[in-house]
Amino acid sequence: MLDTVKYAAANPDTPQPYRELGLKDDEYARIREILGRRPTSCELAMYSVMWSEHCSYKSSKVHLRKFSELPAETHIGKLLAGIGENAGVVDIGHGYAVTFKIESHNHPSYVEPYQGAATGVGGIVRDVLAMGARPVAVMDSLRFGPADAPDTHRVLPGVVAGIGGYGNCLGLPNIGGELVFDPSYAGNPLVNALCVGVLRHEDLHLAKASGVGNQVILYGAKTGGDGIGGVSVLASESFDAEPDDSTGQGTGTSRRPPAKRPSVQVGDPFMEKLLIECTLELFAAGIVVGIQDLGGAGLSCATTELASAGEGGMRIWLDRVPLRDASLAPEEILMSESQERMMAIVEPADVERFMQICAKWDVPATVIGEVDASGRLTVEWQGEIVVDVPPRTVAHQGPVYHRPIARPDSQDALQADTPDQLPRPDSPGELRATLLRLASSPNLCDRSWVTNQYDRYVRGNTVLAQPEDAGMLRILEPARGKHASPADGTAEEALGVAVATDCNGRFVKLDPYVGTQLALAEAYRNVAVTGARPLAVTNCLNFGSPEDPGVMWQFEQATQGLADACRRLGLPVTGGNVSFYNQTGDRAILPTPVVGVLGVIDNVYKRVRRGWRTPGTVIYLLGTTREEFGGSEWAHVVHGHLGGLPPEVDLDAERALAEVLVTAARDELVEAAHDLADGGLAQALVEACLAHDLGARVSLPAGLDPFVALFSESSARAIVGVRPESEADFVALCVHHGVPTTRLGVVLPSDEETGGPQEAGASERTGGRLVIEDSTLRPLFEIPLSELREAWERTLPALYEVV
Amino acid sequence: MTGGEEVHPRIGVITFPGSLDDQDAARAVEIAGAEAVPLWHRDTDLGGVDAVILPGGFSYGDYLRCGAIARFAPIMTAVIEAAQDGLPVLGICNGFQILCESHLLPGALVRNNRRTFVCRDQPLRIDNAETVWTSAYSPGQRIVIPIKNGEGGYVADSATLDRLEANGQVVVRYVGDNPNGSYRDIAGICNEAGNVVGLMPHPEHAVDPLCGPSTDGLGFFTSVLRRLVTLP
Repeated sequence: MLDTVKYAAANPDTPQPYRELGLKDDEYARIREILGRRPTSCELAMYSVMWSEHCSYKSSKVHLRKFSELPAETHIGKLLAGIGENAGVVDIGHGYAVTFKIESHNHPSYVEPYQGAATGVGGIVRDVLAMGARPVAVMDSLRFGPADAPDTHRVLPGVVAGIGGYGNCLGLPNIGGELVFDPSYAGNPLVNALCVGVLRHEDLHLAKASGVGNQVILYGAKTGGDGIGGVSVLASESFDAEPDDSTGQGTGTSRRPPAKRPSVQVGDPFMEKLLIECTLELFAAGIVVGIQDLGGAGLSCATTELASAGEGGMRIWLDRVPLRDASLAPEEILMSESQERMMAIVEPADVERFMQICAKWDVPATVIGEVDASGRLTVEWQGEIVVDVPPRTVAHQGPVYHRPIARPDSQDALQADTPDQLPRPDSPGELRATLLRLASSPNLCDRSWVTNQYDRYVRGNTVLAQPEDAGMLRILEPARGKHASPADGTAEEALGVAVATDCNGRFVKLDPYVGTQLALAEAYRNVAVTGARPLAVTNCLNFGSPEDPGVMWQFEQATQGLADACRRLGLPVTGGNVSFYNQTGDRAILPTPVVGVLGVIDNVYKRVRRGWRTPGTVIYLLGTTREEFGGSEWAHVVHGHLGGLPPEVDLDAERALAEVLVTAARDELVEAAHDLADGGLAQALVEACLAHDLGARVSLPAGLDPFVALFSESSARAIVGVRPESEADFVALCVHHGVPTTRLGVVLPSDEETGGPQEAGASERTGGRLVIEDSTLRPLFEIPLSELREAWERTLPALYEVV
Repeated sequence: MTGGEEVHPRIGVITFPGSLDDQDAARAVEIAGAEAVPLWHRDTDLGGVDAVILPGGFSYGDYLRCGAIARFAPIMTAVIEAAQDGLPVLGICNGFQILCESHLLPGALVRNNRRTFVCRDQPLRIDNAETVWTSAYSPGQRIVIPIKNGEGGYVADSATLDRLEANGQVVVRYVGDNPNGSYRDIAGICNEAGNVVGLMPHPEHAVDPLCGPSTDGLGFFTSVLRRLVTLP
């Protein structure tokens, strides 16, 4: 018996399993009030999934308003689309815009690492595509349990293979990201995927079903039983307590409601590639009135969001949805999270052309509905009305919670437990050993075992990718054949963007307000060191349970810190994503508000990279070093200690530093620049030397203990390699902006130049050393680069290489 | 169009569903100075192009076996016919796999022995600088260009390998660490006539110093151009 609207009205007392679907008593009562009757099972499915934490942001909404209160503009212009759209769209000048967004796929990636991570990439790419943009690059921000834990050996290789398997097959370069290990992520890895898209201003598309009589077209993959209820399940307490329901057959009150199964969606990157090319051709043909991707909550989300953004209503004939599994019930079709699907609103006269373009790309497309003037979303199944709702009540008028907030009692003790008493290395030999130990630690070692599984070259516009501090893309490639060399192109042709994501969860744990500002500061700095000017911010806020007042306190502090810092730095927040319930039992992850910063560079040919390139280059340290070890990598690696306060945040200093870095790049004063963060100066030197096997002789700043100089993690700092002839200009620039400078030393020639013909592999990497002296030029220690490289490169292959 | 007196060779780049490096190949062709002509997998003729490139990617998702479905694309009938008549054909990565599946080149490409996808800047040695696609190089020349593949291990039986070696059909070899377990470090081969070349590395990603590790890949495209403009 089909649970139609008519049947529901006539049978108001039929018990409904709303609690099992994650709805509270008062939420269910509100649905009945909205509808003036009990919901049908289809309606209940839609409300339950759309009102889940994941889709409705019911616990975070009141805090996220701080971001929409920020000025929605950059120094270039107003945002073309901001918070609330599929992804924010930022004007980058010359008529171009960039859209970027980062989204979590944490829980699915724990359950099934390969598919969970793969579909995370797929979802964010469709979000960006739905804005009218061509997706041009991806990044991923990953966090796992201890590197040597057995479960990390299950999760990490799968996640990396999934990101590669999907992204590589889509033809999108992977240009960077993060890889962090911490015990708090055991059982709760974080997989945050970011996508960057490029569009002309006039190509902007929005998720809006307007124009009565316009046709609703579902195109892309067929709908199957995958991920049914996934969203709802993932946003509820845990997934191991879910009933192991089988696929429900039949409909109505006699059957069980749609099963809440912890099933992870399965991705088909080939279909997604076709979907991208097909959609871009549809945009170019000018026949798309409105568009929405199908992600979490599938058709329920797409239909209600499109309809509520339009001026009318929408009618859907659910029987027309092409199915991969013919036994699916209407509730399941509405909730299915089958991947690689899009929904477009098209004028009737353009439908034929639409279908032709889809056919060219072998993409199935079906008219499943029509925009009408009813103001309601109605869904028909076998000639009966099974859904009849005001769409806004589903998509936008979900519950809003003011969850209790309480600073945890343990916070004082945590902050009082400073790292000051931890034993420190004091002899030169101990400092040397500490440097090597940190360089080989999982959070600081070479990432190429991971990043070499990702295609960073495809599309031919990758200017910077890992291990650089930020990824950078050329927007418009030089017109072919027009110039003798690509570097001779026009200003428009030299335009580029840089993107970095960062977050040190330990800092956020110690002080969520400051820690989140530090995350922003680091991403901001990472963009600036490349020569790009920071422009806009996105975020992916990963936290524990919102029902824990201590977690909500972290969340409240983090969002406030980010909003305040963005205001100070003049950066809009263009969008974001919240992932709650990242915890195992009552143990939450380190609060991890990943912050992404987008920057713009006028001339990509002047980008600055992190490694030394020429012997004789003069090395400067910019910024102020304080004794700051709370939450540091040293305390974590050597002592397993987390306590005290994070480094001070000084946004004015960050802004001045960025100004110096951007100007120095533009005026070609520097040939290398590298952000100082985890592991401090020591780690930055290691990475700058190993990039091209050029050593350095460095004397540590006067007035600082060598240990502090090498390993403190004070923010607003960078090292730069200044061209000798530009030294005076560079120092004058720093003085002008009030950025403290310390002349550290010079880049050394590589010893290999005395050798014979080069052989590839290890043998060409002989020679070179990092020499550390105290401020009186007395040698403290030196390390051959070959030894440094062995320490830095071996760690991840030793853990995860299977050959 | 300008330069009416110039000889302006036209080089086709085939797009299969799932081709990814087609734009990159077209860019490389144009940087080298030829005209890139887009060809579609459903086309049944080659539009009079002077050479053809089968680009990298995952044609048809490579769900059956790499290149196995693309080999039956309508355009492949024309490619196979033209290749047998001496048309210069270059298959890069997935294109190499398609050429093997089409039996234009011997052997096959299998899953990397390291079992993971690998993307890195790879030192290579040009072993045959006489093919239509490698004449701009000198024999034994060392170059560095990107490789990126999951199934790039070249395999063939020993008789075939011996024959390839004896005929000088091994065009390019990996130098140093073999990235994928290819037999005899083979990175690229040609047919007996030398007009059909298959390469696992990606020269089209090494044509612009801004976005590639070198410009060492440009030689593959200038080689064919040189051959085409000197043809009677």
